[in-house]
Amino acid sequence: MSWLKARSMLGSTIKFLGTALMLVTALHTATSLKVSRQHPGVLLADTLSQPVHYGFGRPATAAEIAALDIDVRPDGTGLPKGEGNAMEGKAIYIQKCAACHGATGTDGPNDRLVVGDTTKGGGRKIKAIGNYWPYATTVFDYIRRAMPFNQPGSLTDDEVYSLTAYLLNANGLLPVDTKLNAKNLPKIKMPARDKFIPDDRKDGPEIR
Amino acid sequence: MQLPDDKKDIITTSKISRRSLLAGAAAASIVLVQTASGKAFQAALTASELAADDPTKVPGVPPGTLGTRSPFEKPVKTPSDTSSRTPLQDLHGMITPSDLHYERHHGGVPSIDPAKYELVIHGMVDKPMIFTLADLKRFPSVSRIAFLECSGNYRGSNDGKIKPQEICGLTSQSEWTGVALSTLFREVGVNPKASWFLAEGMDAAVMTRSVPVHKGWDDAIIAYAQNGEAIRPEQGYPARLFLPGWEGNANVKWLRRIELADEPFMTREETSKYTEAVGGGKIRQFSFTMDARSIITYPSYPAKVEKGWIEIRGIAWSGRGKVTRVEVSTDAGKTWQQAALQQPVLDKAIITFRYLWNWEGNPTEIMSRAVDETGYVQPFLKQLLAARGGNMGYHFNPVTAWYLQKDGLVSFKAT
Ligand code: HEC
Repeated sequence: MSWLKARSMLGSTIKFLGTALMLVTALHTATSLKVSRQHPGVLLADTLSQPVHYGFGRPATAAEIAALDIDVRPDGTGLPKGEGNAMEGKAIYIQKCAACHGATGTDGPNDRLVVGDTTKGGGRKIKAIGNYWPYATTVFDYIRRAMPFNQPGSLTDDEVYSLTAYLLNANGLLPVDTKLNAKNLPKIKMPARDKFIPDDRKDGPEIR
Repeated sequence: MQLPDDKKDIITTSKISRRSLLAGAAAASIVLVQTASGKAFQAALTASELAADDPTKVPGVPPGTLGTRSPFEKPVKTPSDTSSRTPLQDLHGMITPSDLHYERHHGGVPSIDPAKYELVIHGMVDKPMIFTLADLKRFPSVSRIAFLECSGNYRGSNDGKIKPQEICGLTSQSEWTGVALSTLFREVGVNPKASWFLAEGMDAAVMTRSVPVHKGWDDAIIAYAQNGEAIRPEQGYPARLFLPGWEGNANVKWLRRIELADEPFMTREETSKYTEAVGGGKIRQFSFTMDARSIITYPSYPAKVEKGWIEIRGIAWSGRGKVTRVEVSTDAGKTWQQAALQQPVLDKAIITFRYLWNWEGNPTEIMSRAVDETGYVQPFLKQLLAARGGNMGYHFNPVTAWYLQKDGLVSFKAT
């Protein structure tokens, strides 16, 4: 390409840009025109202004939310109707849980659920519901969402109340005949509650 | 090249036979393997089959639909029942190949149809909304290279026979692409009084973690891509929460729901698990940030080195921001030298470092420590234990030392 031709092409590009600029300026007279800092003369009007709402997605209906919203909070929000006691819970436990958590909840093979005899830990610190869990509501929430491990989500709410009652009872935190429900479950004071502190590390040289 | 008899009958398709006409032996370079389900796929030949040839005398494999790793290279993750570890000692550079990214999940890897995928955002918002995967991809996108690390990422060993993969292979790095959570927060109109949100997965554990809302406004991403392609199933396909610099477990995978609230939900993963005893009978909770850490990946167990020049190589990272310095000691921590840092040094990202050293052959210990922009210096194991009342557990990031024997054998040593 000759030098002359290149120059004339450049000239017409500039002319074209000039017209485009005028056009865009006319369209945007009401708003302030944004120009790229790195490339003066390049308009960013199309990409810089961010709307608060893009309008993508659709509103969620109450029924759609309810179908997924299974969490239970420490104050009991989210606990369903229903109830159960430790006696019923023990029967379900033996059938559906003992294979993995042991006959008494202390002997595995999977996670220990009951504190039991802490002198038999083999030197390892025992962490179980009775000495490490700060909220009783978490027991209900977790069993309902994730257990039994091989059939998660298969338990009825009454079964979950019964199993929660059984595990609390086995940890010495609930009388055997108490009916556990949405009212009394959040009121159970867990021994580990006051041990928990929020993250106390600060950005900086301190080792914590 | 002679094909083994059992493979002869599976060389097929017109594409290959056209090649075969040009150069009969070329056909041997790719093999279409008939699987039990009747599907054919292209498999590279084994290393020994290929190694026999002079590659300049045989036309190579034609272009394929997917790249393959050289049959001579066999990096693998080491799986357990609950996790699988990245082979840090076998890798180079800052990006972890996606198929070698560590895994940690609590109910296995779910299979999710992207066409049916939906993310619900509700709770303390103006407009509860549902977003499909296509919706998420329509929003302005963001990308960043950042590490991910399980907070339970320390293992030691008494006999020293332990690789970086086993010590801290629950860390990996990818480029993550998705939509900024702040964009979605604006879309649904998050109530200014909301202080926490619950993130929930659609795996068999229906994983839940509470996350402070400020992280959502700050730099959280709903990621749908990893290293340029859709996120891997093990990493949360089709979409996950990604919280730069924060403990892996809170980066909920297979994300189905976000609920805004004014208190944490106290799920099992943030009470019974992912909390650490710090002495005085106290248990630290919501310790999200991953502290600065580094490890020498070469030389490390099971390498054997020779006297002379050794380029000590390793990786360093900090969840608090940038790594500003990595120091290397070749005399068991008596003196420290600055390692060279490979650019770019990114925020909340794994970086690589190098230190050139002339080993005279005397037994010694080599080690590295990372320093980040907050002035935090990676501690020794003893310092960490002292700071935590003698407890080990989550967020354990000690200096790792390697002992070099006279004969060049390298083994792990606790600090
Ligand atoms: C197939 C084996 C299996 C069965 C059956 C099973 N669990 Fe589990 N359970 C596990 C595993 C594995 C974990 C740990 C999961 C994890 O860490 O993600 C666990 C964890 C738990 C925990 C949390 C422990 C902790 O300290 O954090 C509770 C509570 C629990 N199971 C209760 C139950 C109950 C109640 C049942 C019966 C309905 C049950 N499990 C049946 C395998 C099983």
